[in-house]
Amino acid sequence: MVEAQQMSQPSWLNESELYKCVHCGFCLQACPTYLATGLETESPRGRIALMKAVNEGRLEISDQVMRHWDLCIQCRACEDVCPSGVPYGNLIESTMDRLRVHRKIGFVPRLAYEISLRYLIPNQRNLAIVFSMMNFYIKSGLQKLVRKTKILKLISDRLERLEKMTPSINGKFFRAQGQFYSADVEGTEKIQMLSGCVMPLTQGDQMRAAVRMLNRANKDVEIPSNQGCCGAINSHVGGLEKAKELARANIDAFSKGNDSEPIVVASAGCGARMMEYGHLLSDDADYALKAVNFSKRVVDINEFLDQSKLQPGEASIHKIVTYQDSCHLANVQKVKDAPRNLIKSIGGVDFCELKGSNVCCGAGGTYMITEPEMSEAVLTEKIRNLADSGADIIATANPGCFMQLDNGIKAAGLDVEVKYVTELLDETYKQK
Amino acid sequence: MSQSELSEINDLVADLKNIVGGGYVLDDKADLLVYEYDGSIDRGSPVVIVLPASATEISSVLKLARAHSIPVVARGAGTGLSGGAIAEQGGIVISMARMNKILEVNSDDRYAIVEPGVVNLDLSTHVGPQGLYYAPDPSSQRACTIGGNIAENAGGPHCLAYGVTTNHVLGMEVVLADGSVTWFGENERDGVGYDLRGITIGSEGTLAIVTKISVRLLRSPEHVKTILMAFETIEDASAAVTGIIGAGMVPAAIEMMDHFCIKAAEGAVGAGYPEGAGAVLLVELDGLFEAVEEEYEEIEAICREFGPLEVRVADDSLEREKLWSGRKGVLGALGRLAPNYYLVDGTIPRTKLVDVLRQINELSERSGYPIANLLHAGDGNLHPSILFDERKPGDVENILAIGSEILRICVESGGVLSGEHGIGLEKQDQMPLMFSDEDMATMSLLKIAFETEDLLNPGKVFPTGAGCGDISQARAIARVGPGAYI
Ligand SMILES: Cc1cc2nc3c(=O)[nH]c(=O)nc-3n(C[C@H](O)[C@H](O)[C@H](O)COP(=O)(O)OP(=O)(O)OC[C@H]3O[C@@H](n4cnc5c(N)ncnc54)[C@H](O)[C@@H]3O)c2cc1C
Ligand code: SF4
Ligand code: SF4
Repeated sequence: MVEAQQMSQPSWLNESELYKCVHCGFCLQACPTYLATGLETESPRGRIALMKAVNEGRLEISDQVMRHWDLCIQCRACEDVCPSGVPYGNLIESTMDRLRVHRKIGFVPRLAYEISLRYLIPNQRNLAIVFSMMNFYIKSGLQKLVRKTKILKLISDRLERLEKMTPSINGKFFRAQGQFYSADVEGTEKIQMLSGCVMPLTQGDQMRAAVRMLNRANKDVEIPSNQGCCGAINSHVGGLEKAKELARANIDAFSKGNDSEPIVVASAGCGARMMEYGHLLSDDADYALKAVNFSKRVVDINEFLDQSKLQPGEASIHKIVTYQDSCHLANVQKVKDAPRNLIKSIGGVDFCELKGSNVCCGAGGTYMITEPEMSEAVLTEKIRNLADSGADIIATANPGCFMQLDNGIKAAGLDVEVKYVTELLDETYKQK
Repeated sequence: MSQSELSEINDLVADLKNIVGGGYVLDDKADLLVYEYDGSIDRGSPVVIVLPASATEISSVLKLARAHSIPVVARGAGTGLSGGAIAEQGGIVISMARMNKILEVNSDDRYAIVEPGVVNLDLSTHVGPQGLYYAPDPSSQRACTIGGNIAENAGGPHCLAYGVTTNHVLGMEVVLADGSVTWFGENERDGVGYDLRGITIGSEGTLAIVTKISVRLLRSPEHVKTILMAFETIEDASAAVTGIIGAGMVPAAIEMMDHFCIKAAEGAVGAGYPEGAGAVLLVELDGLFEAVEEEYEEIEAICREFGPLEVRVADDSLEREKLWSGRKGVLGALGRLAPNYYLVDGTIPRTKLVDVLRQINELSERSGYPIANLLHAGDGNLHPSILFDERKPGDVENILAIGSEILRICVESGGVLSGEHGIGLEKQDQMPLMFSDEDMATMSLLKIAFETEDLLNPGKVFPTGAGCGDISQARAIARVGPGAYI
């Protein structure tokens, strides 16, 4: 009865967005979960049909229904190809938020989940402690021991699989909040940069490379203090309130002193989230306008560098390089050519287009942890195409894609390196 | 549902799982709902969905269906615009999604053998590097399947010069209603006797289930030129089309879009169509270099007679793609002009183009509903799309009446009911507009020759006897609920 009442209050979905879908099916072939299963229940059109049915009171939110929504990677490829302009991202985001009341999860997992979403990811200090422990786990040899003895498998398969996903940590943490990196040339413009949550910890080296590239493009780089996680992870798993809180904090942090400088973002997922703060905070009287202005300032680093027309360095890279679109760069920010242009500009590079480069790799933020089976199924096809491509290097633009591809390549024993596009560019300036 | 019906369904589901494997049988309420619709306005829930992997499995499914006397509906990608893939009477939906392999490509003899679930565009992409392509190119080609194309005898912008699906299918393996597997057409057995291949193409899944297809591949043309021509009025554009065809030329494609479509397409993809124009023509020429250039000069000269506002040529593939992107995305983009649109599919003799468009325009003015005109102009296939808002009381009834009126205008001008989207559920009650009782009796004899039980996609193609088409469509819309119009 309670269910029925909840269903007759369709308030969580914006009907004018929902009913834009004319079920033409154009999105099927863009959807990684449909491609992996062949099931329309795991397709965008199917997920929208379920939203409509619930909205119309023809269907209750059962575990099965939630399953189909949960299995969505939120890559938003469907949105990119939809001729009707269905804003699928908004629909699934509000649906996931709504589902929190329907979930029946045990107390302990729920607690762990809430703690990590509320106190861990948004808090750089706590997160750094966890990643320091991970770093210790890897470097001390403990990881080797655990893997060799397969001790986790004794506890559960899932735990073992999770362990395999322990991110490799590239260099020292990037502790840059409040720092200023000057380009050391006269008359340069200043830009602001996001340092993010996980990326400065797992990909410190790549972050430093990004700063160097911006300096070479004659930009002074400021990393404002008091900034934090962009809120993408919270919004994906249904924590819109927390996401809004994070958004407001970032708007404040990046608007101190100057609220017109570009905000350059080196992680595609964060950039996409921040570009949509305007939508996220549209019903917040105090922040709605500020959010729209903020979103206009956000620009992805690949796009920024491509437009700056900076020539790469002297050193050439004689390798076959391919590029995996980071979903939120291609589908949300609509940046597709810039990373490819940058790679092609590097001397010696033989660029090859990866088959299905615009299809998600299955990373999806926390998706690879919460839905390991589907994530792996999607990744398998990607790795197969990568092997066929003959590439030596696969470049990408987002930490999640980086880790997922790295895991897949290692598991398949391929001899391919994963790099950020900016990292590759940075290498062209290194002395031999 | 009674206890015995329920237990029969449970038995059926268990048997199906034995045939195709548990993961490929769906019968949860939520799952059934996801297979209720296609690209059209109707809806109908199956009892169970199966995803077989081979003709053998399909054969077993059909035998089982016959034993249970339960209907079977094949489903490709569900992009159909006439409700063909909808399980209107319940029953088993057979999804072809897993049978999506390209089995063989023979570039010497220029054919390919594919499974029915192969996506139309994937085939051309796959054979592209060998300098080949598959010609029928419905606008839905990114999504629709070759099996669905066969069932609807689908066409596309390029069917003007290259013909529709039936002209490109050499032969096919089918499973008949009794579960027997056989081959129609060329390639494995010689095509003597009745052309069963031809009969099956366009039969909307009512005669047999297609499980393997041998298709003709064409060599990619040496040179392609796409020309955008903008005119002040749609009459000028129509006259130019009549001029081109009248001069005996057959370009690869001639597409026309009116000012509504131009506006919508520009909003969606920014293809660069001039916004002030009353209509644009998109003409594509392909073939040997000299021939194309010669043809181009001739066409340009003809068009100049009708005072084009602009003539723009795209030679390289990127520019061509840009011009085409507007055309291929326009249908979905109409959603930008009005909350709903109802697309009518009819075909008229090309010489009647100016006259029919004028009548449609009058109808639009009289009724107060904008009608966006999108045409495969070269072969007279019209897609007038009536723009409306289903939330306004009376709109649905009115646009259905207008739709019927448009089809009447088409038939009276010597045209036919469907250009390419099939009859299915949508137009079955308008069949009598074109066919006499005797015609239809003959067609049902054909159906009976294939099966007497009427289990393969029942309730499609033939009129249900409700009489007026409007009633059936209004019923369909009433059931579909808001926003579901193409
Ligand atoms: C935006 C849009 C644009 C379109 N543009 C065009 C166009 O330009 N030209 C055109 O012709 N059509 C067009 N269509 C209509 C549609 O795409 C075609 O009719 C297409 O052929 C349907 O293919 P499908 O795989 O989606 O089949 P479905 O819709 O799944 O099924 C269509 C019919 O085929 C039957 N069927 C499917 N597979 C088999 C099989 N293996 N054996 C037997 N029967 C089978 C089904 O039972 C059903 O009757 C368009 C549709 C949309 C939504
Ligand atoms: S492409 Fe858009 S309109 Fe078509 S089915 Fe997908 S979401 Fe709906
Ligand atoms: S967001 Fe990605 S995974 Fe989710 S429905 Fe769209 S295409 Fe599929």
